[in-house]
Amino acid sequence: MNVVTPQDLARLRADFPILAETVHGRPLVFLDSAASAQKPRAVIEAMVGAMERSYANVHRGLHWMSERATEAYESTRDAAAGLLNAPDRHEIVFTRNSTEAINLVAHSYGRGVLRPGQAVVISAMEHHSNIVPWQLLRDERGIELRVAPITDAGELDLASLESLLADGRVGLVSITHMSNVLGTYVPAARVAALAHRYGAKVLFDGSQAIVHRAVDVQALDADFYAFTGHKLYGPTGIGVLWARRELLEAMPPFLGGGDMIASVTYERSTWAEIPHKFEAGTPPIIEAIGLKAAIAYVRAVGYGAIAAHEAALTEHALATLAGIEGVNVLGRAQDRGGVVSFTMDCAHAHDIATLLDRQGIAVRAGHHCAEPLMRRLGVDSTARASFALYTTRDEIDALAAGIRRVREFFS
Amino acid sequence: MNETLSDDLADLYERTILERSRRPRHASRLACFDAHARGDNPMCGDRVDVWVRREAGRIAEIGFEARGCAISIAAADLMAEAAIDLDAEAAGALAERVAALVRTGAGQGADLDRLRPLAGVHAFPSRVRCATLAWRALTAALDGRVETSSE
Repeated sequence: MNVVTPQDLARLRADFPILAETVHGRPLVFLDSAASAQKPRAVIEAMVGAMERSYANVHRGLHWMSERATEAYESTRDAAAGLLNAPDRHEIVFTRNSTEAINLVAHSYGRGVLRPGQAVVISAMEHHSNIVPWQLLRDERGIELRVAPITDAGELDLASLESLLADGRVGLVSITHMSNVLGTYVPAARVAALAHRYGAKVLFDGSQAIVHRAVDVQALDADFYAFTGHKLYGPTGIGVLWARRELLEAMPPFLGGGDMIASVTYERSTWAEIPHKFEAGTPPIIEAIGLKAAIAYVRAVGYGAIAAHEAALTEHALATLAGIEGVNVLGRAQDRGGVVSFTMDCAHAHDIATLLDRQGIAVRAGHHCAEPLMRRLGVDSTARASFALYTTRDEIDALAAGIRRVREFFS
Repeated sequence: MNETLSDDLADLYERTILERSRRPRHASRLACFDAHARGDNPMCGDRVDVWVRREAGRIAEIGFEARGCAISIAAADLMAEAAIDLDAEAAGALAERVAALVRTGAGQGADLDRLRPLAGVHAFPSRVRCATLAWRALTAALDGRVETSSE
């Protein structure tokens, strides 16, 4: 699919059972997909089907069911490698979510490879999940944490990033690929080139980015890439860390337990090969099977169609909101995805969200797990509408009508 | 909005709540105070600072500074009147009854009368924390704690 026609959109929406629900007696207008996306029937059925027909623990049993479950689980690794254009399926590590993927890197790369006196650079528009793991590392290991500023438009300040890299002490740049608050896409290939020029590795938090556009870790020249399943129309409880083979091999394990060892004695244990070295314990088997179905679904719709559809929606939303007095949209990045944060002069974000909710419209309100960014923007919270492949132009219009009602109510 | 305004929404944003949130009467730091505490709702970012001046063991004056939604500001403003003349024990007991009022929508007693505009919150479970934040800060201040969190 290259474009999403109205007929396509109706068919896509029919793939998502929850979109037929009503909320407070009104059709659900779900504009909170950046927090977690809804699930297509293909994902639901894949997970139910696995439990009903081919479930057992993986990598253990020498029986038919375990072999089938292992095949299904491991085939998700191929699907994830294909999604990211990773050169080697063994570079795909399953985690619980992006947060765990970043914590894995902070633990194993941060404590095992980086040395005290080195620095990690993040940006001023990170989710807490890409701030706090590095603070823990800093406080424990004496690794400096540097923050690359953003411009008033909400774009990464590349010149400042370069000056933070200039002393050559930065071991890792860990940065969002797309802001969950501002929608800003970071020019990832340029960031990677800059990082590499000064001897640093680069990690992209792709939690938002991979939902809206194709990601090619080789074309970006990334070193680490993290994403989570539940924002990509898949289940909760499964995420992916991709990293270059030589990095994963140099890193000590994260969690210890079953499945991640080669052999265990009381004196010492040796580790399994990658990626199993980083997958201790029974993994999220059913969730992995769901993720594979989600990846297949997104690729069948096609990133080209998704990106074009969401770009049109975002443009419509920005133009519509700009026409409502007292509404302030945060960020005006040139390159942005389908996330629009706003405040209103007359109402706090929570009051906006409650009034919209009573009209059947789900938006998120709060600091979006990005308190330092809120301070940088000079606000304590925002309301956020976020778009997905199933979002319609009518839903944006419903949002605008809802916002007008909020304004009438509070002013 | 009126033709689409549901009853529970009208109860939540009852006239007193809207009025108090727009023009709170006690939204300032006290120049002289005996106790202070800050309340945070870490999940949503709401924050209220409460200052208390006591006379002979009873609350003589309350001032607050809040950043947050209409409910949290109105609740703080109503609190600053409802808790006057109470000692720490009575203020703590009232705080618990207010929490019950906003969770259930019901509560007996004349001392709850001026707080009844908050009863509409009970239909919005995610907003209960907004209404109780200032009370948590007040009891923390009276206990000598400086910070409290709704979590």
